[in-house]
Amino acid sequence: MSAPARTSGPAAATPLSKRPVPIIFERGASGRVGYSLPPSDVPAVPLDAIIPAAHRRARPAALPEVSELDVVRHYTALSRRNYSIDEGFYPLGSCTMKYNPKINEDAARQPGFARLHPYQPEELVQGALQLLWELEHDLAEISGMDRVTFQPAAGAHGEMTALLMLGKYFEERGERRTTVVVPDSAHGTNPASAAIAGYQVVEVKSDRRGNIDLEMLKAALTPQVAALMLTNPNTLGLFEEQILEVARAVHNVGAQLYLDGANFNAILGITRPGDQGFDVMHFNLHKTFTTPHGGGGPGAGAVGVRAHLVPYLPVPTIEREGQRFTFDDDRPKTIGKIRAFYGNFGNLVRAYTYIRTMGAVGLREASETAVLNANYMLSRLRDHFDLPYDRICKHEFVLSGRRQRDRHHVTTKDMAKRLLDYGFHSPTIYFPLIVEEAIMIEPTETESVQTLDAFIEAMIAIAREAETDPEIVRQAPHETPVTRLDDVAAARKPVLRWRP
Amino acid sequence: MKYIPVTPAERERMLRSIGVGSVDDLFRDIPAEVRLRGPLDLPAAMPDPDLLAHLRKLADRNADCDRLTCFLGAGAYDHFVPSTVPHLALKPEFLTAYTPYQAELMQGELQAIFEYQTLMCELTAMDVANASMYDGASATGEAASMAADLTKRAQVLVSTAVHPEYRRVLRTFTSHLRVSVEDLPTRDGVTTPQAVREALTDDTAALIIQSPNFFGCLEEGEALAALAHARGALLVVVIADPICLGLIQPPGEAGADIVTGEGQPLGNALNFGGPYLGMIATREAFIRRLPGRLVGRTVDTEGRPGYVLTLQTREQHIRRARATSNICTNESLNALIAAVYLSTLGRQGIQDVAELNARKAHYARQRIAALPGYRIAFPAPTFHEFVVRCPVDPEEINRRLLAHRILGGLPLGRFYPELRDCWLLCVTESRTREEIDQLVGYLEAMQ
Amino acid sequence: MYPKELRYSKEHEWAKVEGTRVRIGITKFAADRLSDVVYVELPTVGSEVTFMQTFGVVESVKAVSDLYAPVSGKVVEINAAVVEKPEIINTDPHGAAWMLVVDPKDPGELRQLMDADAYMALIGEQRS
Repeated sequence: MSAPARTSGPAAATPLSKRPVPIIFERGASGRVGYSLPPSDVPAVPLDAIIPAAHRRARPAALPEVSELDVVRHYTALSRRNYSIDEGFYPLGSCTMKYNPKINEDAARQPGFARLHPYQPEELVQGALQLLWELEHDLAEISGMDRVTFQPAAGAHGEMTALLMLGKYFEERGERRTTVVVPDSAHGTNPASAAIAGYQVVEVKSDRRGNIDLEMLKAALTPQVAALMLTNPNTLGLFEEQILEVARAVHNVGAQLYLDGANFNAILGITRPGDQGFDVMHFNLHKTFTTPHGGGGPGAGAVGVRAHLVPYLPVPTIEREGQRFTFDDDRPKTIGKIRAFYGNFGNLVRAYTYIRTMGAVGLREASETAVLNANYMLSRLRDHFDLPYDRICKHEFVLSGRRQRDRHHVTTKDMAKRLLDYGFHSPTIYFPLIVEEAIMIEPTETESVQTLDAFIEAMIAIAREAETDPEIVRQAPHETPVTRLDDVAAARKPVLRWRP
Repeated sequence: MKYIPVTPAERERMLRSIGVGSVDDLFRDIPAEVRLRGPLDLPAAMPDPDLLAHLRKLADRNADCDRLTCFLGAGAYDHFVPSTVPHLALKPEFLTAYTPYQAELMQGELQAIFEYQTLMCELTAMDVANASMYDGASATGEAASMAADLTKRAQVLVSTAVHPEYRRVLRTFTSHLRVSVEDLPTRDGVTTPQAVREALTDDTAALIIQSPNFFGCLEEGEALAALAHARGALLVVVIADPICLGLIQPPGEAGADIVTGEGQPLGNALNFGGPYLGMIATREAFIRRLPGRLVGRTVDTEGRPGYVLTLQTREQHIRRARATSNICTNESLNALIAAVYLSTLGRQGIQDVAELNARKAHYARQRIAALPGYRIAFPAPTFHEFVVRCPVDPEEINRRLLAHRILGGLPLGRFYPELRDCWLLCVTESRTREEIDQLVGYLEAMQ
Repeated sequence: MYPKELRYSKEHEWAKVEGTRVRIGITKFAADRLSDVVYVELPTVGSEVTFMQTFGVVESVKAVSDLYAPVSGKVVEINAAVVEKPEIINTDPHGAAWMLVVDPKDPGELRQLMDADAYMALIGEQRS
């Protein structure tokens, strides 16, 4: 089969290395070492005197026996079989794959931050506490919340934290609330977090404009409802036009309104959840605030609350008395702790650095450009794919591959794999669940219009291929280090570790 | 602005394509009442040189473990990190990559995590390990929920020698589920079979112990496993510092059903408490109830070996409200760091570093035991942490040690009121004999 | 396509009366919707199942579905072959991929199930 024609625009991404990489356990040789440690400088004593034989390993762990160069070549080779933002465009809807600034790395890696033990006395970590206090203040201002906790390690962790706090809030009021309402477009973590926090989940449909159906919502809002969890803009990339009525309806039954902050990149400096009526929310600092995804994590899922929920925040909080910053552990109504220590501090330094780089004007410009980029892409792609909701979008939009599936038996999955041959990561696919053959595209503001145009041209070319040469799409990817992987075989007889 | 490449001319072109007159038109559907009228009240944007200076000042306001001699452990450990770790694991191809859902494009990440899972299985002697949880404490919370689900029982026993913050998190995690948590008392710094026997019921889903425990003492894992299993309960073993597994019997060989732990010591920076690395591993039979991501091996259409995220139907994006956990974003990069660390140390290195920890800590323990007025609190063997009963308030000891740039151990009064005179000291391979002798000298002078 | 001698539930299980016992599986419609089945979890022999309550799960790469008992009773046999090779659910859902044999408590429950024509009408509706 022939290589796809590279369309005009920026040079196509360097193809990933096709040379397979042996598993590290198959590298090296018995007796080879890659480390350097000093000999023991304390008096020699038989190990039995320190730890009895019964407590000791009988057989060493079968770790690799490789030289330092083996290790370097191994991970270098692996790195060349990985796509990344530094390499190219990642139009993943809902993920906000914007550029991860290098200055954030310099900030976080300073020993004055990276070499701090969490149990060091307060007076030795005033710089760290000040940073956390200022970041809390920044995020509260950005969101219209009153206070923020940094303990959650990710958005889902934040959702669980918030729902546990609501549980305590209602318990104190003597109200037994057992249900959480989510729209049918909700991200999977929303119902999962609700279940983990002990709630039943009720789903409400979206209407023809892609907003949550207000009448169906009102019908679902019984006095048993603890919260409505919304993303706004929602996972269709659309602003909930009736948000003020929604907030009123929720508060009318004494329930709380929760914001999944995954889509915050659309609204920085433009509108604030606190002003819209949200009581509690989580931020994905690894989305809007540029902390790197690291191949799946770590993230940082700060949770913001309005005043009435402040007593329930996890401990400790960070307080300020004049020029002194302190931990406050003495909070009798706290839900407790949802992780050891204080949060993913390394990423909090990155987010802080980003906010200081951008300032209020820069943040607003980021959102305006993110929304401009998304609408531009939508305007150029709407004739080539089905468009389930014909509205101005925000920072992302959803198309459907239904036309290609029904006419040419080419699925969204096929087209997503074919994009890999064009040197792009695919958009988010098959989410949200309410759109058949969903394709969710989020460009972010850090991409140039040249990149967007190259991607648009690739998408149009693939839509054309679906008509004229569907097999090349169905069998994609062809240009990647491996061809389409068999995930059925992987799940049937799972092999989750290497064995000699 | 350097992160926003669009030019005014490009903006005009794009607006024309969209068919609106201005960027403001794209926000028409936001109700006027909630449109911000003015800019957010934030500090002004700082140019890079000014920002770096500002951050340097903030960092300088901290005294870090490069400037202090660290004898503090208690769940976060100052270990030597080989140079390979930052140079390899923090390569931008790993750092700025997304979750490997498009597997064909991410074979590097997937293979690295498959190797990480293998390394964790080898260290713990368990059948399967996942691709990371948030931290040791939250992993333990999830293990309790996993055990309750597997046994269909509603009670969990946890030794008070498990890290106090882990126990706090365990309670928060289970607070709204039908799972009750009961503390098990210790004696002489360890969990006794008698206490376990008395506390086990037919509704106990799991017994949770930590070994070496929060006091540094090794627990009798096998004996406790037998008791738990006889009553139909699972044994969960927490590992606060997996470097100990270079020397200590792995929990998989002592009857553990689920192993959780903290992977920070494996090449990850102290980072003031995070990001860290939650570990969870279990037996083959329990695979489908394991939370978090799993990387599995498979083949492509040409029969070439490859790797994919697998058993995804356990996870939130498919199972939603019925998922084994709500975890999505994990601590993948920290797992990669651990993999590079373990590959660098290798089969011999992990034994050597573990032995250095044990020997140096033992030396410190012996020297302090010989000081008049100081006693080793508990007789059990320890790995690299041990508890000292001090003749002076440990908080005061720490204050005086700071004058010599020494970060002393954890005064236990903050978590165990009955141990107010006790001090949890940690000695890793990073401490020299000279540093230990100096510490002992200062302690001797404080009576 | 849908054997006439089987009875069908709205949750897409089939039940086959065999003398005093009932054999149970899932229908081709359910198997097709799951696509490649990777895993099946069944109850143990001797346990009880209850009419229209879950007795296990069937899993593909992209979905997990609960299995609902079309009759109440005690499980007397489970099909080791389908546990070992769950993919036979896709190739022979009404035959070799049977899941359980149950000693029914209340044979009257079978009357609440559909015949083949009614079931085909149901899935015809679901398809459109």
